[in-house]
Amino acid sequence: MSNAIETSGLAKSFGATRALDGMDLRIRQGSVYGLLGPNGAGKTTTIRILATLLRPDAGTATVLGHDVVREARTVRQKVSLTGQYASVDEDLTGHENLVLVGRLLGLPWAAARQRAAELLEAFGLAEAAGRQVQTYSGGMRRRIDVAASLVTIPEILFLDEPTTGLDPRSRSQVWELVRRIAAEGTTVLLTTQYLDEADRLAERLAVIDHGRVIAEGTSRELKASVGANALHVRLANAEQRALAQEIVTRVLGDGVLPVTDPLEVTARLENPAQAAAVLTALTESSVDVDQFAVGNPSLDEVFLALTGRPADPAATEAKP
Amino acid sequence: MSSDALPTGARTHELLAIRTRPRPASALSAVATLAWRALLKIKHVPFQLFDVTVTPIMFTLLFTYIFGGALAGTPRQYIQYLLPGVLVQTIVFITVYTGVGLNTDIHKGLYDRFRSLPMWQPSPLFGALAGDVFRYSFASALIILIGMMIGFRPGGGLVGMLLALALVLTFCFALSWLWIIVGMLVRTPESVMTTSFIFLMPLTFASNIFVELGTMPPWLQAVVARNPVTYLANASRGLMHGTPAGADIGWVLVASAVILLVASPIAMRLYRRER
Repeated sequence: MSNAIETSGLAKSFGATRALDGMDLRIRQGSVYGLLGPNGAGKTTTIRILATLLRPDAGTATVLGHDVVREARTVRQKVSLTGQYASVDEDLTGHENLVLVGRLLGLPWAAARQRAAELLEAFGLAEAAGRQVQTYSGGMRRRIDVAASLVTIPEILFLDEPTTGLDPRSRSQVWELVRRIAAEGTTVLLTTQYLDEADRLAERLAVIDHGRVIAEGTSRELKASVGANALHVRLANAEQRALAQEIVTRVLGDGVLPVTDPLEVTARLENPAQAAAVLTALTESSVDVDQFAVGNPSLDEVFLALTGRPADPAATEAKP
Repeated sequence: MSSDALPTGARTHELLAIRTRPRPASALSAVATLAWRALLKIKHVPFQLFDVTVTPIMFTLLFTYIFGGALAGTPRQYIQYLLPGVLVQTIVFITVYTGVGLNTDIHKGLYDRFRSLPMWQPSPLFGALAGDVFRYSFASALIILIGMMIGFRPGGGLVGMLLALALVLTFCFALSWLWIIVGMLVRTPESVMTTSFIFLMPLTFASNIFVELGTMPPWLQAVVARNPVTYLANASRGLMHGTPAGADIGWVLVASAVILLVASPIAMRLYRRER
């Protein structure tokens, strides 16, 4: 199948800050693709270039075969963007916002009104249709914002951190919606800071750091590089960390991951069953354990494994 | 959209299937739609009309009764001179809201959506301006009404009045482009206000809106006589009182054209510039 999105050597600076530094992406048509990375990694800049809001300093980007700079208008005809901040008019009602977008997209008045009502109904906003958006809750705003991107269904949908700031219930609703949109054939490119979000939604993902792709693949492939499961041990007492690390290494053979927190020991687990043996060994050596958990590696752990440093730039700078 | 509220099966398909998008709205239709948005905003936030209601009423009443006796013998005599000028001042002042509104929209991310739609890109600017022209007209009608209630008697009749209004709206439409530039350059709506008023205060007060040119010191006369607002106030007085002066009207049109020709390309360039 052809690629919906291709970028090659994309670069973009804002003053002295290099937001993108040779971004290469190939995104297959009809898939959900995730850009995973910490704040400032270049996710939003990439999406804004692809949605024709920014121009790259160097490199090329095509969307469905159309160059985003030279054929910007054609690209706009095929994509929708839901930015990080609600891009709807807060003074207008939910219904008016959707009619506005429908009219601008070229729908006749009656069709725009009908489509607005249909979307509001489907997004559980029918009762709030006549209320100004500024009275909406965070989750409702996010939904009206996504709905505004679906007034006519685009071939490509860009979602910039679609669930940031949402409560768990709203978050799972957005996930379900993304799955259904993708099932109907729209290519979805989303950015996220959460590995579990990328994991649940995206067939493939790219880990972004300092404006370039540092790892690309299915979420299974990426997690294999850190271990499908991670063991998180939180100690009561930082002095016992060396001892705890030694015990974990002895039981597991290898796999202790670097962490910055002096109370944490994290290790790659080939098999969740190994956790029991670790806990037994720790207890026998009288290591005081506060928390003991087996789970997905976090973005931070993926980052540490890939780059040797934490995702949070502040944590890096804090070290001498 | 609790997950259970999401439609299922065929319904989902109907809702979310990709269909060929319609031909995007024409430039004219996009501008009309965005002007509709501006009017809706007035409907939902009637407070927006506060500035174009209270300020004009206040200015007209205050200036007429405070200065009237001193400047022209009686308020009733003064208002014949003042009203066309106070109309000019009020509308010139409220042009600032064009920049304020634009700045607010940009910072709320709304322009990201507009700019990612396949429409004629400057439509939002023209749509907003169309809404503003409505507000200017509303304020003008109000001032004239108040004026006539307290004794303003224009000799030029309805036609003179409408021509004067058309001239004021033309100049203010051009002037708005300056505040569009400011709105795109500064960070907050508050700084749009402050920056714009640095220009507007001297522009309106260093004019013959309140007093005749002859009463000022010669050096000031030289400045005031060249102020486009002076020409606009003169031209409006002439038209409203049925004694139109071709030269004043001509200079207002020239000034409007110059402002528009200089400011609008800069504004468009800034608008297309990425943020």
